[in-house]
Amino acid sequence: MTDGRPVGIAKKRSTAVVPIRIPPDSPDAGADLRLSDVDEWGRSERFRTLARAAYEPVYSRWFRVEWEGLENIPAQGGALLVGNHAGAIPSDAPVIMHGIEKELGRPVYGLADYFFRTVPVIGTLWARGGGVSARPANAYRLLKEQGQLVLDFPEGTKGPSKSFTERYQLRRFGRGGFVEIAMRAGVPIIPIAVTGSEEAMPVLFRVPTVAKALGLPYFPITANLLAMGPLGIVIPFPAKFNLRVLDPIHFDVPPDQERYSKSRIMEEAERIRNLIQESVYDMLRGRRSVWFG
Amino acid sequence: MVQALEADSSMDMILGMGAHAPSVPFERAEFVRADQNYSILNRIVKATQVDTILHTFMVTNSVGLSHRAMHEINVIGTMNLLAAAGASGSSVRHVVVKSSTLVYGSTARDPSTFHESTPRGGPARHSVERALLEAEGLVRDFSEDNPGTLVSVLRFTNVLGPHLSTAISRNLSRPFCPSIFGFDPLLQFVEEDDVVRALLHVTRGKIPGLYNVAGDGRLPWSEVASICGTHLIPLSPYSPLKIRPLSRLFELPPELEDLLRYGRGVDTRRLSATGFEFRATSVGAVYSFIRALRLRRAAGKPSSSYTYEHDVEQFFRHSPSVSGPQDH
Repeated sequence: MTDGRPVGIAKKRSTAVVPIRIPPDSPDAGADLRLSDVDEWGRSERFRTLARAAYEPVYSRWFRVEWEGLENIPAQGGALLVGNHAGAIPSDAPVIMHGIEKELGRPVYGLADYFFRTVPVIGTLWARGGGVSARPANAYRLLKEQGQLVLDFPEGTKGPSKSFTERYQLRRFGRGGFVEIAMRAGVPIIPIAVTGSEEAMPVLFRVPTVAKALGLPYFPITANLLAMGPLGIVIPFPAKFNLRVLDPIHFDVPPDQERYSKSRIMEEAERIRNLIQESVYDMLRGRRSVWFG
Repeated sequence: MVQALEADSSMDMILGMGAHAPSVPFERAEFVRADQNYSILNRIVKATQVDTILHTFMVTNSVGLSHRAMHEINVIGTMNLLAAAGASGSSVRHVVVKSSTLVYGSTARDPSTFHESTPRGGPARHSVERALLEAEGLVRDFSEDNPGTLVSVLRFTNVLGPHLSTAISRNLSRPFCPSIFGFDPLLQFVEEDDVVRALLHVTRGKIPGLYNVAGDGRLPWSEVASICGTHLIPLSPYSPLKIRPLSRLFELPPELEDLLRYGRGVDTRRLSATGFEFRATSVGAVYSFIRALRLRRAAGKPSSSYTYEHDVEQFFRHSPSVSGPQDH
């Protein structure tokens, strides 16, 4: 205005921004942008390295774990490991997972009841350490598509919740779902017999009302609890662990079928249960001491 | 979306429809303002003889919406749309529906990865899930009743990108962000651009079917937060102890609360098998979002890269003083 130019142009000059075509932002696609190493199953190698270092003394000093038949576990390809499950907070799962990784260098994915996922902190740590919730879809993906070792306890919570008077008597093997998954994925089942787990944390009796109130699958009063007080919740007795890996069981059925014969599945499940039960009894016959094996 | 369609010269006519005026000017598309449940669509379809309908209006976020409004938009809107598409003598040959992986839910019982055929773990827990499931049911019925019409349903995971504002992106853009104590779920994201590209891909290729759409890879919520430079405020996981006023501070719709507990992963191999290539992974989507946000924080809202200027184009098209064809 003051320098005599028309108002309109002066305004345009001062405010209008010449539009520029900005190329879309593209962060370097080749670079690794991740900050953590948590994979699609929620496991973290860094966490697992720490956890393994922490568990190693428990494995070799406290439980003094001994294996036989480790050569039955394949060096590669999927296989479903199936064991007997015992002790109020069962130590057999970490012992098998740690042991196979230590001895054979293969990670094991432990299947656990989805209940674990609902517990704050524990659920997350369990997943970071290599635990997976026991859904057929998860087992299939691990076994068939990723060729991993998967550990399952077909007794479920019926195993750890049984009382000490019923020790080493295997419960029903679920509804045979583990057999069906192995058939569908076309992988062998490798039974593992475990002794020592019952004595590590014996269940004296159960309190169903407390379990119901807390929303837990079971609430055991353990010998550890009586002997050590609150520490007994986490500290097992130093029972000697012996594990025997049995011969792999292959199924002569084609994989990826819509359905498998239910009678065949139940038959195989019962056969595997008997195999594990027999070797547990056989190992107990040879065991001189609970603590020294 | 319309901008991307306009860029494709094989589309003869593009007609946009929505309850609000479009936020960007359209170059060649026309726009009709409709009410929320698309009740006038029937007449429009008859009048214009369109052959493809893209249904992208479904609400996947329950913030600030009553159950009834959600039902109105997702279920009744879809119903009207399908009714128009399925009317006798309808010209519609392809219906593309944008749905969400919310239909799978998010519970402790879930498998780690959902395939298109995996059923959800239990009944719908939240109104948005219920509305989406019901809408997808209508779509399924429609495709059975109209075998001559192609139906594509795309289930998108949580979208992150430079422009889109969702409950998750708004939480991440604040200095403090909610989490559920003791839970660190794995999440999968899809980049804004890939959303549009996926819709275009099925529209152009006339690819019917049900597809999950999500970037590759999953990352824990804590990692998303640290990439975005926000601090996680853990809320109590038990509802009696949940400090309600605290969760009011955050934008935490119930379906997001579930997601922050158990997360969700989907399998996208079926879409990839049709020849679609994702440009961004999940972590790439997070970066695309946060980099754009940083730019906005530092330089204000950048001018749109969409350089269509209405007046100039009108001049080129209609002014007698312009000689020869102009390509724009």
